[in-house]
Amino acid sequence: MASPDISSLKRDAAPPEPHVVPVRTYVIVFAALLSLAGLTTAVAFVNLGRFNTPIALAIAFVKMMLVLLVFMHLLYSTKLVRVVLFAGFFWLALLVGLVLIDYHSRSWIPDPAPWSSSAPPTHP
Amino acid sequence: MRNRRPALSEAYAPVSPVKEQMAHLLAHQFEDLEQQHETDTLGIWVFLVTEIMFFGGMFAAYTIYRSLYPVAFEAGSRALNVRLGAINTMVLLSSSFTMAMAVRSAQTARRKALTLFLVLTMLLGVLFLGIKGIEYHGEYFDRVVPSLNFAPQGEVLQRFTTGGLGRAELFMCFYFFMTGLHALHMIIGLSLLLVVLLRARCGVFSSQYYAPVEVMGLYWHFVDIIWIFLFPLLYLVGGRY
Amino acid sequence: MSATTIPPTALPPPPGTRVDYLNANYGWTSWLFTTDHKRIALLYLVSITLFFFVGGALAVLMRIHLIDPQGALVQPETYNKLFTMHGIIMIFFFLIPSIPAVFGNFLVPMMIGARDLAFPRLNLLSWYVYMTGGMFTMYSVIHGGVDTGWTFYTPYSSTYANSQVIPVALGVFVTGFSSILTGLNFIVTIHKMRAPGMTWFRTPLFLWSIYATSIIMVLGTPVLAITIFLLGLERLFHVGIFTPALGGDPLLFQHLFWFYSHPAVYIMILPAMGVISEIIPCFARKRIFGYKVIAFSSVAIAVLSFLVWGHHMFVTGQSIYAGLVFSALSFMVAIPSSIKVFNWTATLYKGSISYDAPMLYALGFIGLFTMGGLTGLFLASLSTDVQLNGTYFIVAHFHYIMVGGAVMGYLGAMHYWWPKISGRLYPEGWARLAAAVIFFGFNLTFFPQFMLGYLGMPRRYAFYPAEFQFLNVMSSAGASILGVGYLIPLIYFFWSMRYGPVAGPNPWGATGLEWRTPSPPPTDNFERTPIVTEEPYGYAKQEAGLV
Repeated sequence: MASPDISSLKRDAAPPEPHVVPVRTYVIVFAALLSLAGLTTAVAFVNLGRFNTPIALAIAFVKMMLVLLVFMHLLYSTKLVRVVLFAGFFWLALLVGLVLIDYHSRSWIPDPAPWSSSAPPTHP
Repeated sequence: MRNRRPALSEAYAPVSPVKEQMAHLLAHQFEDLEQQHETDTLGIWVFLVTEIMFFGGMFAAYTIYRSLYPVAFEAGSRALNVRLGAINTMVLLSSSFTMAMAVRSAQTARRKALTLFLVLTMLLGVLFLGIKGIEYHGEYFDRVVPSLNFAPQGEVLQRFTTGGLGRAELFMCFYFFMTGLHALHMIIGLSLLLVVLLRARCGVFSSQYYAPVEVMGLYWHFVDIIWIFLFPLLYLVGGRY
Repeated sequence: MSATTIPPTALPPPPGTRVDYLNANYGWTSWLFTTDHKRIALLYLVSITLFFFVGGALAVLMRIHLIDPQGALVQPETYNKLFTMHGIIMIFFFLIPSIPAVFGNFLVPMMIGARDLAFPRLNLLSWYVYMTGGMFTMYSVIHGGVDTGWTFYTPYSSTYANSQVIPVALGVFVTGFSSILTGLNFIVTIHKMRAPGMTWFRTPLFLWSIYATSIIMVLGTPVLAITIFLLGLERLFHVGIFTPALGGDPLLFQHLFWFYSHPAVYIMILPAMGVISEIIPCFARKRIFGYKVIAFSSVAIAVLSFLVWGHHMFVTGQSIYAGLVFSALSFMVAIPSSIKVFNWTATLYKGSISYDAPMLYALGFIGLFTMGGLTGLFLASLSTDVQLNGTYFIVAHFHYIMVGGAVMGYLGAMHYWWPKISGRLYPEGWARLAAAVIFFGFNLTFFPQFMLGYLGMPRRYAFYPAEFQFLNVMSSAGASILGVGYLIPLIYFFWSMRYGPVAGPNPWGATGLEWRTPSPPPTDNFERTPIVTEEPYGYAKQEAGLV
């Protein structure tokens, strides 16, 4: 090749500089995580009926996001890394979601015997 | 594709020589340390996605059965030691903090701090496993271990029978399989931490080359996140009032 | 860093010989501890060929047995073990690794202008993990094998089977990690190590298909791993998640199992499709029709493949509503595959076609894959699946895709890239003869099975009603011809390594970075990192003398 045309070379977004997170940030996030862990344990001892589980899961979600964004530097990562991680969670959601469709639609028709949560299995 | 657009002369010239002492750290398939670092980082994230699907299979099975047998799962959850579980959660979160500080020390080329934080992380990890062992011992004592000695007594038996004894045993299966798999990942993590620690003590890491510490950190935080979900899903099912 | 490096421990080659990856080092340690992606590809080539012939031998035994309606060869229990081990070995130890582990490993760095994969030592580890899994499975074969079907359905596999379930489960579990690590390596390599100017849309379509395959490997295989893990725990501890006595559901095993195993069949076919996308333009001397459409179809197949697994469970107890959802999605997943077939056909139109062996395999692929795919639609419809599930119709359907499709693609790749891999040309006459024998033998083996299935002969049965004997004998006759057909290339490839004419860098006049290197290539692939400025498949330019 005599003189390759390098004007056709594409330039991706420049990679972010390796970001050094300040100690203060880590300490604040750590304190938040400990508080949330305490909170979720304390809330479990309070009767909130059907809200106990969603609240516990919501707190867990917040803890996970704190660890992901700050400790695992996702805030300072490339778009590719975020897409990769999103794909992981999305695929897990596919697995759980589609399987749940099966289990929860089995009872929509009278036969075969429904997998209901209260009645114990009655087959011989 | 490389993120820098090379000048024509640069493309045909030899790659700018890496500093003498760094040359042995650059693997031959890479152009420079930056590409190597980015590649290592992407690699560990892709690996963590496979771990999400690996643990995720068990989380999926757990979700199905919990939606089918809520009473039995509540009963099973109450048989667990929530105090020790909560303490363990704090222990693991602390180890994530020390791990993040370790990565930061590597980034800022503070060898002593790096060593210290790695040791702290390992100690907290060992503490976690120790407490887990105590819990397992307690469960063995209470006779709620499936296959080994599942013969619950007294109040536990009463609670288990409400939702169905078999289904409570199913919950206990999930408890042991999921925390066991998690503990296995902790043990692997501790071994890897030891390797990183030894390398750190030899002064291998610098602000230009700390990818192994970062990769280790990402793995460790991931194992922490798994526990962040295991704790409410196993110990806090339906509340403990 | 970009010059070819010769390790100091190697003997200097005789004066005048060029140093390439084959003669750069000698000795078994230089092969077993290599990190060169090309040598690792050859390690895989040897292993999967061995497994192919073991799996093939099991098939031969099955077909001999089925000559007689009462079974001519073995006891029914043994027959169960034959079809189980045939399935496990062919799927996990031949088809899933085949094209990715051999041709993916060899070609991916070369096609993007890199010196090696992102993680060469991980690549070597993948091979050792694969071999370890293979050894566990071979242990099981020697000690009596497994009779659960390759699908390991519970509770038979977890509770009632008396065969070697744990060693085989362990083998499959371990080998799964080989798949995961290979897929991870490819994804990271393709993202991070493309040469300057090698944009996504300048990469060959083989690369797109390997990328799509790697997505499936990375996202699906871990679920199989955890499922097999749980199965093993259930069998070892006599308690577990799929045990009805505890309130567990055997169908959950099927959900988790098929969540991986359906996308797994796309792991087997996508790379073969990528091979066809390379061969057709070269031997039609024409740019591929609809490059971007094929590229996006590959990724679409990878994504959609995860949404259809329930079609394996229409008759096992899944809810009808879930069945409806999965049936509709299964129809959708056929669309990108059909688009590819149309594009290949359009590429052939007004092309200047030559019938070398790679092209024969590619043309065979298009026809047989289309038939296999169309018969899949019978199985995607709920009502017809009720009739055809569990019959030889299914057996014929998947063999048309996996043998008529994937294996033909694999053989096409072998012939197309053999000059690059070995530096020698295979004998073209024998190759065309073998292709014809394989094509004929294949159809004689499996077409009668469509009819058998339609007429109601169940699969996995060691005996059958006497009226099906004629078709079974035809199928067995075809199998013997097919077996001979597979032996012919084995012989002449070996022959060509010593006696074949020396191949130049580009005997086919193909486009693509891998053809710009000598055959065989040097260890570091390229003397200088290439800069890419052209679109792929520039055959028209080539013909016009512009390149």
